[in-house]
Amino acid sequence: MVALTGGMFLSGHTTPRLGIDLAGGTSITLKAKSQPGKPEAINETNMNTAVSIIERRVNGLGVSEAEVQTQGASNIIVNIPKGTNSAQAREQVGTTAQLYFRPVLTVAGGAPTPEGSASPSATGSGKPSATPSAKASDPETASDPKATPSDGATTQGRAVTGALKKDATPTPSGAAESDAPAATETPDAATAALQKKFTELDCTDKAARAAAGDGVKPEDPTVACSSEGDAKYLLGPAEVSGTDVDDAKAQFDQQRGIWLVSMEFTDKGSKKFQTITKKLSTQQSPANQFAISLDGEVVSAPQVNETLSGSAEISGSFTQQSAEDLANVLSYGALPLSFSEDTVTTVTAALGGEQLEAGLIAGAIGLALVVIYLVAYYRGLALIALLSLVASGILTYTIMALLGPAIGFALNLPAVCGAIVAIGITADSFIVYFERIRDEIREGRTLRPAVERAWPRARRTILVSDFVSFLAAAVLFLVTVGKVQGFAFTLGLTTLLDVVVVFLFTKPVMTLMARTKFFGGGHPWSGLDPKRLGAKPPLRRSRRVNARTDHPKEA
Amino acid sequence: MSRLGNLGARLYRGEVGYDFIGKRKIWYGVSILITITAILGLAVSGLNMGIEFKGGAVFTTDTKAKVSVSQAHEDAVAASGHEAIVQELGNGGLRIQITEVDTKKADQIKAQLSEDLGIPEAKINADLVGPSWGEQIANKAWAGLGIFMVLVVVYLAIAFEWRMAVAALIALIHDITITVGVYALVGFEVTPGTVIGLLTILGYSLYDTVVVFDSLKEGTQGITKQTRWTYSEIANRSINGTLVRSINTTVVALLPVAGLLFIGGGVLGAGMLNDISLSLFVGLAAGAYSSIFIATPLVADLKEREPQIKALKKRILAKRAAAAAKGESAEDERDDLTDDLTEPAGAVVGQRRQPGGHGRTPRNRR
Repeated sequence: MVALTGGMFLSGHTTPRLGIDLAGGTSITLKAKSQPGKPEAINETNMNTAVSIIERRVNGLGVSEAEVQTQGASNIIVNIPKGTNSAQAREQVGTTAQLYFRPVLTVAGGAPTPEGSASPSATGSGKPSATPSAKASDPETASDPKATPSDGATTQGRAVTGALKKDATPTPSGAAESDAPAATETPDAATAALQKKFTELDCTDKAARAAAGDGVKPEDPTVACSSEGDAKYLLGPAEVSGTDVDDAKAQFDQQRGIWLVSMEFTDKGSKKFQTITKKLSTQQSPANQFAISLDGEVVSAPQVNETLSGSAEISGSFTQQSAEDLANVLSYGALPLSFSEDTVTTVTAALGGEQLEAGLIAGAIGLALVVIYLVAYYRGLALIALLSLVASGILTYTIMALLGPAIGFALNLPAVCGAIVAIGITADSFIVYFERIRDEIREGRTLRPAVERAWPRARRTILVSDFVSFLAAAVLFLVTVGKVQGFAFTLGLTTLLDVVVVFLFTKPVMTLMARTKFFGGGHPWSGLDPKRLGAKPPLRRSRRVNARTDHPKEA
Repeated sequence: MSRLGNLGARLYRGEVGYDFIGKRKIWYGVSILITITAILGLAVSGLNMGIEFKGGAVFTTDTKAKVSVSQAHEDAVAASGHEAIVQELGNGGLRIQITEVDTKKADQIKAQLSEDLGIPEAKINADLVGPSWGEQIANKAWAGLGIFMVLVVVYLAIAFEWRMAVAALIALIHDITITVGVYALVGFEVTPGTVIGLLTILGYSLYDTVVVFDSLKEGTQGITKQTRWTYSEIANRSINGTLVRSINTTVVALLPVAGLLFIGGGVLGAGMLNDISLSLFVGLAAGAYSSIFIATPLVADLKEREPQIKALKKRILAKRAAAAAKGESAEDERDDLTDDLTEPAGAVVGQRRQPGGHGRTPRNRR
């Protein structure tokens, strides 16, 4: 216990994390629905992918510490702390993710492009993009901050396109060049406006990054930032959409010893993909890249080296993690899930504080009543019960505080209720034990043997009954969702702690106390006074019995 | 206190006691009556389901609104186009409940209300629930209930025996029916908080029952080896012996819940605290009642059907008849016979294997 408490202070988490209903904020429960014809779509993998996407979106708003987690089989809980724009967050959470494959027209560094910047071509990533064996590769141009200075600013629509085409050399660079094969159809005015937008776009700003592609239809060209914010793109109309992806996964290529991401397309998707790759593979870098854009952010922009159709591989300098992330994003586009808002709870900080306070007051009142009752009935023994309750309380508090950072446990109102109800369960264990001790004393034993003899029997009863209580909590926790879970968790935790406290604290303390004169001598205030308990005077009496006194009535 | 202590002692020794088993028919009757009332109430008035089950919105204001409750009601109806329930809370705030609006529309209503009531939107708490949510919660609760019952019956059947498992299950269903019935009759609103409370009763009701069964199991060890007490008699002693504990446990469990109820109902107005504690309060009371008056008598009833126990009862009754005929002289004989018995009076203590002599057993007291 000391170690635990010490651990709590060491870890610096000295208060339990508070749930939305106590701290204020907005909590949204989303329910996944599988799309028609794909009943098995709601599974762990898909849900986890959805969580990571939603997390990316919500936190992309500049919301700090929003948490997104799955709950039960088909729910996702999004908790947004107070002080953030919850309306905007809700909008983000509620809409379906949009994944598109768009041809890259221009690439530049993340900051607003300086006018007339000189260097014609940035160093790029230096990754040879022309790996012959790779069907498509990710040069990671997007994520390389060195690519910042670029001549992107001067590029203007078609004219420049032509110039750059001539200009471009097959160097493995991936910086700022442009090509607009698809933009040709768009009117010049729109192109110019887009160019301007592109020039001004500041991808280092989170909010601007999220807003970059707002309200753009898939069939229009757009500007977008890389998800890290260190590069920006001018993108052509979407050629392939996320729903065209059938499956994507990260793989380790044994031969080359690198991580890569492989994609499978649906029938319709592979035709579209064939068209776009055919077009792109004839282009020069960077116009031979296509951007994988998720919710308006470019998560990856691989180059295309040949015409592809049904399946494709993206290679590059992936780590296992980044390959899996990309695969997740890709498969989310194919995720046959849609989400609906099931509950939205907004709690103001004031009400949250009030509820917390009310919970604490209720707990204090409950505890006080229990203590008064115990003192009235058990006198001195109540001291031991009280000490045990305090020990149990400290343990519960400590574990809750530690579980906050460890497993994301947040104390909410039902959890507080659970803890208060648990006072009764914990106190009951003492009552069982005390009653056993008193029974032994009534048998004429002195306290010390009574304490020892009562223990094994009380222990069994306590274990059996706590087991049932724990079983109830465990079942509740596993099969329910939402608020019920918080309650079940605390109840289960406190039941376990009850066993720990009774075994490791109450029993030893009781044994020690039995040695003191106050308890051992059966002081009237100890609650163990043999006379008051109506113990028979210890002794060897004749075996003659007056059986009538205790003869139970006939059944 | 001393009187209470004495009562405890006398209960323990079986000097005083209520014949729970003997009067079981009365209590069965009472329970059946209550259960029928509960079911009737459920059938007639039905449950008042909260918005969590129907879908809708609840708005709560932190501060006192500038308008009266009736004005707020009109505003709410105008803003939503649906019937609204407006309550004033203990802290002066308002609680406005509107059913059957979807989460999208609720936002507009919130904005409108904020304007009408003169309270900034940031100071309005909103609880929006889609219609499918309640169904989901309810389904999960039923699933939980089912799984728990199966597990508990299996566990009790292993730890004790199937008769006790059956009796505990009946007591459990009894408790839940009563609680639900009270909700239907009184018209309390059913919310997820209520469901939480109800599910907790599962654990608690059994917790109490298990403690009584535990002592019953101890008391009836080696019952067939003696001819002094019938199963029912021992069961009755078990109940009486643990009566003090049962009462204490129930009181101690009810006190914190009462604290919750007081704070939840008195200070915060309606809310989660109130809902949980209300159903707990009703359920706990029903649970304590059923473990004493229903579960154990049921076990005794079931047990008495067992051939062995039946035979035992027959032997005992015959013996008593004979003893009564012989009069006082039977006393000694009977006492000797009980020496090899595991101490029926020790139902609470049990397990003691020593011969019952040497003044240890309560019945040896003069």
